[in-house]
Amino acid sequence: MIEWLAAPLAHDFMVRGLIVAVLVGTGCAVLSCYLVLKGWSLMGDAISHAVLPGIVLAHVGGLPMKLGALVAGLGCALATGYIRRNSRVREDAVLAVVFAGMFAAGLVLFVKVDTDQHLNHVLFGNVLGVTWREVVETGLVVVPVVALALLRRRDLFLVCFDPGHARAIGLDAKRLEIALLVGLALVIVAALSAAGIVLVVAMLIAPGAIGFVATRRFDAMIAVAASVSIGASVLGVLASFHLDVATAPLIVVLQAACFLPALWIGRRAVR
Amino acid sequence: MTEALGAPPPAAMRAPQEAASLAVVDVSVRYANGVAAVERASFTLDRPTICGLVGVNGSGKSSLFKALMGFVPTGGGTIRIAGLPVERALKRGLVAYVPQSEEVDWNFPVLVEDVVMMGRYGHMGLLRIPRAADRAAVDVALARVGMAELRHRQIGELSGGQKKRAFLARALAQGAWVILLDEPFTGIDLTTEQAIVELMREMRDEGRLMLVSTHNLGSVPEFCDQVVLFNRTVLAFGPTETTFTAENLARTFGAALRHVRLGGADLHDDADARHVTVLTDDERPLVLYGARGRQAVVPPGQEEAPK
Amino acid sequence: MGGEVLELLLEPFAYSYMARAIWVSALVGGVCAFLSCYLVLKGWSLMGDALSHAVVPGVAVAYLVKLPYAAGAFAAGLLAALAMAAVQRVTLLREDAAIGLVFTTMFAAGLLIVSVNPASVSVQTIIMGNVLAIADEDVVQVVGIAAVALAVLLLRWRDLMLAFFDASHAQAVGLSPWRLRVLFFVLLSACTVAALQTVGAIMVIAMVVTPGATAYLLTDRFGRMLVVAVLIGTGTAASGAYVSYFLDGATGGLIVVAQTLAFLAAFAFAPKHGRLAAWRRTRAASSGGADR
Repeated sequence: MIEWLAAPLAHDFMVRGLIVAVLVGTGCAVLSCYLVLKGWSLMGDAISHAVLPGIVLAHVGGLPMKLGALVAGLGCALATGYIRRNSRVREDAVLAVVFAGMFAAGLVLFVKVDTDQHLNHVLFGNVLGVTWREVVETGLVVVPVVALALLRRRDLFLVCFDPGHARAIGLDAKRLEIALLVGLALVIVAALSAAGIVLVVAMLIAPGAIGFVATRRFDAMIAVAASVSIGASVLGVLASFHLDVATAPLIVVLQAACFLPALWIGRRAVR
Repeated sequence: MTEALGAPPPAAMRAPQEAASLAVVDVSVRYANGVAAVERASFTLDRPTICGLVGVNGSGKSSLFKALMGFVPTGGGTIRIAGLPVERALKRGLVAYVPQSEEVDWNFPVLVEDVVMMGRYGHMGLLRIPRAADRAAVDVALARVGMAELRHRQIGELSGGQKKRAFLARALAQGAWVILLDEPFTGIDLTTEQAIVELMREMRDEGRLMLVSTHNLGSVPEFCDQVVLFNRTVLAFGPTETTFTAENLARTFGAALRHVRLGGADLHDDADARHVTVLTDDERPLVLYGARGRQAVVPPGQEEAPK
Repeated sequence: MGGEVLELLLEPFAYSYMARAIWVSALVGGVCAFLSCYLVLKGWSLMGDALSHAVVPGVAVAYLVKLPYAAGAFAAGLLAALAMAAVQRVTLLREDAAIGLVFTTMFAAGLLIVSVNPASVSVQTIIMGNVLAIADEDVVQVVGIAAVALAVLLLRWRDLMLAFFDASHAQAVGLSPWRLRVLFFVLLSACTVAALQTVGAIMVIAMVVTPGATAYLLTDRFGRMLVVAVLIGTGTAASGAYVSYFLDGATGGLIVVAQTLAFLAAFAFAPKHGRLAAWRRTRAASSGGADR
């Protein structure tokens, strides 16, 4: 057992992979609590896909790819809001049109422009291939966002629950919503290069959902979500060393496996 | 609930001068698609009172509430709460909003005491760490609404009346002097409705002003001192006895109202014609006695001979 | 000079694989567009995304055991629908969270299976589609599915509309809203499987949402909306496939880009519901009603 744990840790790339997986897992887990409560599950999916054209264009223009990703991700959210407010199409359809359109544009550019990003990396990420620099970059983004999301959790929760009351006590609900969206975009961008789209989208939904069914109070929900995410990430990274399977999908599946136990724990709230 | 009547509120809780006032002057609300939800509405409440905002669904009551909360911009006109512009009044925590049941997601992971504590956020620092004063305010508020034993329940586990009381406790904990209630009586039984009305009367006597949006005609005369009859604009405003009449209601509700008049000498063997007018939009009906359909139904315990 | 340009433009049709790619894409685009009208109006866009991701493990397993991929996809789709219904029945989770949980997990499971046996199926094909190089037996599957789905839709579109938008009336005239809903989702799953071949898993959602959203901006009547959507879906799919000849790839991406451009055009210029028309209306209103 000790051997099972120690063997991977002897390798530098494994240590880096573990650190980045924990960072990404925590960041996404905390945000997923808000997304699940707000009904924004599709939003995480959408932004994660919409970043593709930004990445490709930034690469072509010689700019940092993460910057391009951030601009594209936020652009998707802004465009969706604008189109929804100015047409009679419902929000979910508008979001689908915008993010799929952006992803398609990105894909067309991707195929025509030779980036050295392989499609596999975009999808699966590159957890076991991150450099120390990438770990630090990820941490520099995730840690402040998580800190803010936790320190201001009461207000953010209130905005999700009762924007009317938030207004009544003088909070700017719109501004907090935008802050949440920006934080989401930042974490997605930071997480994508390490974790890939498949993992990021799943991590923005599953931990929150699992926390929701297991608990009755928001603080507990965050704690459960983070624990599940971190646990699945660590276990997934270690296991993929021994099993030689793709890390990101393994983490997602391990995470999902926590759903049934969570249901049992929270069974008083079951219908 | 009667235990809650106890001692009068401490001096610190009594209304500062002018806090309980709401002035709406010439307010319009127009949405981006060109629809005018509210058109030049005006009414003024300048003392503690329970005022009903009566109108059909779709009459713009919600839009007016949103304007009062500063949620939507007003295309002209002014709103003054406690003499202050809306934004300043909100910053001071003077206004509370008790939402409709349909607007709340009852599945949220939040307990009753958490909801009431939300009322105190305006008094706390950014990190919203509760201090002794906040905890005390929550305790007092819970006791006043009779929900102290239920404070650890998740809100979805409550009955309709308990849910309403939890949100009223939040308004009390907040220390708001102007309270907007959106359809508070939908989905609750008569006993709970009486209990909430009783609570509202206490709050008014303490110096608070309540504006209650409702289309439940039958209950209005029982608890509203004043009414605003609303259909895109203010059609009538004033004390309930003189304003809440059959004619005014017919004007406000138009075709949406069932208006049944029974009476006349030919229906009765004696001289008493016993006119009865029933007005309803399918909520609790309003029953008026008298040939002119003017005298409202008499609340229990205050029987007088009908005219 | 003009003759050379014309020759260049007609070049794709000279190749049988291109001609086939164009009409297969057009057929799939048209059928998916038919479905998209219902999805857009009912708020089921996330469902479209979910199904296209959830079928991936079915496809992966089907490749492994050499079964027709449509069968595997179907089974996975069924499993997904049951799981989503179960989660919503048993927990207090909102619909979008339940759907998201199930489909992201199944998608990852599918990719996990593929990663165990990478040679058996190309991730590229699943994610991006591969209509330019579609094999003959796959063409039969796709065309069969699309044709059957189209026939059923043409026969029962009114009943479906009734069941979704006025269930009580539907029951009053002897229809079973529940059965029609099941029928619809079976058709949707089937067309998802067909669309996977053309545009790949990630962009199926566009095929089953965008044309309907575009048509919704162009007309107020459901029957007309269906016609407009199908025309747009067919046209954009065909033109996307056509252009991909010159770009040598990215067929799926080009199809979806074409559909999105059509949507944006409608958003801006639709005669009644477009942005320009709305702007003109507010201009007229504010200059007309000037006494304040």
